Amino acid sequence: MAGFDKRVYSYEEAMDGIESGMTVIAGGFGLCGIPENLIAEVKRRGVKDLTVYSNNCGVDGFGLGLLLEDKQIRRFYASYVGENALFERQMLDEEIEVILTPQGTLAEKMRAGGAGIPAFYTATGYGTPIGEGKEVREFNGRHYILEESVVGDFAIIKGWKADRYGNVVYRDTAQNFNPMAATAGRITVVEVEEIVEPGELKPDQIHTPGIYVDRIIQGTFEKRIEKRTVHQG
Amino acid sequence: MALTREQMAMRVARELEDGFYVNLGIGIPTLVANYIPDGIDVMLQSENGLLGMGRFPTEEELDPDMINAGKQTVTARPGAAIFSSAESFAMIRGGHVDLTVLGAFEVDQNGNIASWMVPGKLIKGMGGAMDLVAGAENIICTMTHASKHGESKLLESCNLPLTGAGCINRVLTDLAYLEIKDGAFHLKERAPGVSVEEIKSLTAGKLVVPDHVPEMTFEN
Repeated sequence: MAGFDKRVYSYEEAMDGIESGMTVIAGGFGLCGIPENLIAEVKRRGVKDLTVYSNNCGVDGFGLGLLLEDKQIRRFYASYVGENALFERQMLDEEIEVILTPQGTLAEKMRAGGAGIPAFYTATGYGTPIGEGKEVREFNGRHYILEESVVGDFAIIKGWKADRYGNVVYRDTAQNFNPMAATAGRITVVEVEEIVEPGELKPDQIHTPGIYVDRIIQGTFEKRIEKRTVHQG
Repeated sequence: MALTREQMAMRVARELEDGFYVNLGIGIPTLVANYIPDGIDVMLQSENGLLGMGRFPTEEELDPDMINAGKQTVTARPGAAIFSSAESFAMIRGGHVDLTVLGAFEVDQNGNIASWMVPGKLIKGMGGAMDLVAGAENIICTMTHASKHGESKLLESCNLPLTGAGCINRVLTDLAYLEIKDGAFHLKERAPGVSVEEIKSLTAGKLVVPDHVPEMTFEN
């Protein structure tokens, strides 16, 4: 890799350095905008005892659900786990530790982590089990709980287009958690549908500036639809 | 007669105002989008990062990159904006959403809401609900008034783990429309043909009943 050229040409190279016990932050919401090939590479490598931060755990047999099959995830921070039977079973059997985290708090943990802010106060979860044991402070008559941010050993991201400098744009609601997750990895790996020439992406339209990105790879994607709903008539 | 899901959505839709940004939760709240009154323009916020949610796509429009917070494929209406989850929850927590409609398992007379887990039985997670109830001042909770076994879901104090504390001020059930203030449910309207006595018998929390409780009316 020369200079700012962040391209890699195999998924093996893309996930080089991942080890058991690491923390991985993954973009995506449901099956939308998930780094499906990077996840598959994590499965292939068989690393274990991972701590994963992502909104959901995919579905049985796809997305992060793949990592459940060989029990690669030890601890999972997610806001919603309702679509995945294997996940629910491993959770109830205590094979996986699940820290249910409000969706906005999860996004902010990543955003703050990437921005060098170690913790933040939020009203979300105050007075609920989520707030138990957390520091509470009152500002202007309202109660807030202290939530810690996160930095991952790896962040795995799905973008739409990128240039070799690692500037990334996302497409439609496949953006979701990806921009924050991209800032919060010690090593941030982005897979995209197309790598374009520098200059093709308008500078003022970049969602993730290349400074956050360590590796870029072009892939092909299944983009499975979780709930196909169509307009009748 | 208890309200149907559609009638509940119709009743909630009457609370919409022109120019409102609205977040609709999964289930009955989602149906509210079908009953937006004529002459009123609202923008629907979907917390996965879409402001200006449109109708479901046709087969030709179907796009795996366009989904709503319920993970259903959707479209964006003209004038929509798409953004990250952090931006989406900045809008929500920052109090920029004018109205939030969401479901619940239980609410109580102090405005507490429980909607995300039943210990030992059901753990799905809170998704964005905790952020929504913490950030919004204007929330309508839609739910059935009582369980199938006739146990009230409008309680003195929630039994299930809370989603938010002291945040709910309006509840629409299949039997009644109520406001929550000063530590009590205040009965505002009743479903067509449902008596005040029935509502009283199915409300476990403190209930304030005015002399006259108007009956909801629905066209059709």
